[in-house]
Amino acid sequence: MGLRIADTDLASRFFLGTAGYPSPQVLREAIAASGTQVVTLSLKRQLANAGTPNDFFKLIRESGARLLPNTAGCRTAREAINMSKMAREMFDTNWIKLEVIGDEYTLQPDPFELVEAARTLVKDGFEVLPYCTDDLVSCQRLLDAGCKILMPWGAPIGSGQGLLNPSALRTLRARLPDVTLVVDAGIGSPRDAVQAMEMGFDAVLVNTAVSQSRDPAKMARAFRLGVESGRLAWEAGVMAKQEMAVPSTPVTGQPFTL
Amino acid sequence: MNRAASMNRITVNGEARSVEEATTLAELVAALGQPPAALATAVNGEFVPRSERAALRLREGDAVFTFQPITGG
Repeated sequence: MGLRIADTDLASRFFLGTAGYPSPQVLREAIAASGTQVVTLSLKRQLANAGTPNDFFKLIRESGARLLPNTAGCRTAREAINMSKMAREMFDTNWIKLEVIGDEYTLQPDPFELVEAARTLVKDGFEVLPYCTDDLVSCQRLLDAGCKILMPWGAPIGSGQGLLNPSALRTLRARLPDVTLVVDAGIGSPRDAVQAMEMGFDAVLVNTAVSQSRDPAKMARAFRLGVESGRLAWEAGVMAKQEMAVPSTPVTGQPFTL
Repeated sequence: MNRAASMNRITVNGEARSVEEATTLAELVAALGQPPAALATAVNGEFVPRSERAALRLREGDAVFTFQPITGG
């Protein structure tokens, strides 16, 4: 069973970030090993008199993955809206990973600015994928604003802490059964990805856990397998836990005692 | 004609720059030596689409920002 984002069917449920790799070559290998069909990227303000050639963007385009630009660094709805429009022009896509940060220390999304920006961008024809917290009501407001996909955090960006509040994530999944939910941020190991997928999330977005590993291409493959494994487990249905042992081998009593 | 009077002072990515009066954003981008599609532009915090750069005349005090692709998460 695949994943559908806007009008695009995706076989892979693993979105990959492109930042922080040791080299463009390693990034290329990691993208290939991940099997991803969606990669994130961004825009930065140019330094005065910069004019750096951009091998990176060429490499990303050649990967064939869909581009999901973000609005990293934005602190207000106005900034994020303008950044989104620039990204749409530069990357020729109406997909936007909408980030509006409200706190410098945790990089926690600002739910108020986020909703405002989302409302404007949806009206302007964007497919808005908001990076949000796991707060149910702010997630509902984002849906009211017209978002069809939500990307709640597992933990603060780049922290690798895994799913800090599984209960809140389970609640989101239960209360928003028909919404595409992608766990974004905080995933540290493939174990966390398995956990998210087993909980029924539709996809995960990972960057730092891959790019900062000793062997990003190998870690990308580990995550790919984790995401697939967790998804299959969700579809198959994980067994209910039992308090006591339940014999699995269908023997008849004790073998030598009648 | 006083040449100084025909110049506008603007900033480009935070750096002061003087441009001739009536210089357009498209002309500025060309003067920066970059292909038009290699960057995105904003003036005073508002996005200016590529298609509108030629019609936008820079005014005294304008803050121009240019953006390029970068890796991201």
